[in-house]
Amino acid sequence: MVKSGSGGSTGDAAGAAAVSVRDLRVVRGGRVVLPDLTLDVPTGELVGLLGPSGSGKTTLMRCIVGVQKVAGGVVTVLGYPAGSRELRSSIGYMTQAPSVYGDLTVTENIAYFAAVLGLRGERRRREVDRVLELVSLTDHSTARVDRVSGGQLSRVSLAAALLGEPRLLVLDEPTVGLDPVLRRDLWTLFRQLGSEGTTLLVSSHVMDEARRCDRLMLMREGRILADDSPPAVLAATGTDDVEQAFLTLVDRAAGRSSSGSDTGQETGPETGQEVRA
Amino acid sequence: MSLSLTAATGDRVLRQIRHDPRTIGLLVIVPCVLLGLLAWIYQNTPVFDAIGAPLLGIFPFVVMFLVTSIATLRERRSGTLERLLTLPLGKADLLGGYAVAFGVLATLQAAVATAFSIFVLGLDVAGNSWLLLLVAVVDAVLGTALGLFTSAFAATEFQAVQFLPAFVLPQFLLCGLLVPRDQLPGVLEAISNVLPLSYAVDAMHSITTSATGGGDVIRDLLIVLAFAVAALAAGAATLRRRTA
Repeated sequence: MVKSGSGGSTGDAAGAAAVSVRDLRVVRGGRVVLPDLTLDVPTGELVGLLGPSGSGKTTLMRCIVGVQKVAGGVVTVLGYPAGSRELRSSIGYMTQAPSVYGDLTVTENIAYFAAVLGLRGERRRREVDRVLELVSLTDHSTARVDRVSGGQLSRVSLAAALLGEPRLLVLDEPTVGLDPVLRRDLWTLFRQLGSEGTTLLVSSHVMDEARRCDRLMLMREGRILADDSPPAVLAATGTDDVEQAFLTLVDRAAGRSSSGSDTGQETGPETGQEVRA
Repeated sequence: MSLSLTAATGDRVLRQIRHDPRTIGLLVIVPCVLLGLLAWIYQNTPVFDAIGAPLLGIFPFVVMFLVTSIATLRERRSGTLERLLTLPLGKADLLGGYAVAFGVLATLQAAVATAFSIFVLGLDVAGNSWLLLLVAVVDAVLGTALGLFTSAFAATEFQAVQFLPAFVLPQFLLCGLLVPRDQLPGVLEAISNVLPLSYAVDAMHSITTSATGGGDVIRDLLIVLAFAVAALAAGAATLRRRTA
């Protein structure tokens, strides 16, 4: 259960946020992964969570879907505390490693997860067909999952997350290891889902994928370095690609951390205090 | 707990095994081969009649323990468990699904092994041989339940496999098969009284030796079932939606 770190719920100005994280602290195996994280994922936006491996992206996502033990802070998702029973059919979660059954066919996998969501009979058949179509796997529906390619495997896992048209999609590195054409197609799909009202939080360690997002969160060592639209992040750092922007922000944070000043001008009010080391 | 979610999970587990015909083959054939070997070793002695039936209950217990431990560990490590726990699936639905699926497999295994023992190997059964089958299935469910529970404590496949000698062999040594339980040293007899496999073997023994031991068999059967339910409940308690 989420412990109330700060006093009561924070029904603040960002009331429309699909996900609101306040003062989140997570310790895993004696290591502080998220020291004190505060952020909002606005409803209906496609938010890219970018950062190097080990920056805490997966841990943050696990907190949002409610499977991570937390040491403090409040995570509110679609108006409920993260992990609430009410949220279990409203969130689609794709783990980083493809979490599907290798010894079942593509259809059998998706049909099982659809059954878990309470879909039966003809409705289930239609929903399975729909998500397989979305990830272009219709032609491979009868293949056993442990015999498909790596790219197809991760799309099976994605298809399971899309079942039941969840209001929030939390996708952990959905495009890792995919060829450029497939990556472009998936980002087109994410944009399409976003335009239909779904909120998406998509993590990646490939910085150039950031340009396709409405909003960008740059993360490093459990802290948010920037949280703004891609053009605004580039403008604030005076760079023309996201990787450069990231490096600039890391340098600034390192340079100023001893003086304890903030990077407020480019990171916005929510994340201005991240530099306190 | 939802019947349809339990059924869906059981169906999924059975489909996984159906894609693995060699496992089904091993599951059905190995007990028959071992029982045949035993009957051959002890030909012209009463030993096979004495231990054949208890073994019919022990095989499904051991096999289902092992199969379930590995299956659940795979579910934990592949991330499918994490996904399922974010979905509207109750823990009881998941555990119940496994118990149902492996119960079905155990029925198949026990039916073939029992039929083979009676009709081919000439096992003498004084009581009702359908009861023999029923006890074997309940033993299998017990194995599944214990496997589900212990797999929570195994971080790797190596550890899971070693839980077999750790949890199963002591029960095997003390269940009355090697030395009748009332002839064991007092302390060991007391220990055997709290181990579920003892009651499974007692039940099998009653069925083969007495045509009228129905009451004792039912009592032993209920004890085994109670152990299975307790292990499933303990297994549910080890399944945490939130992990570190």
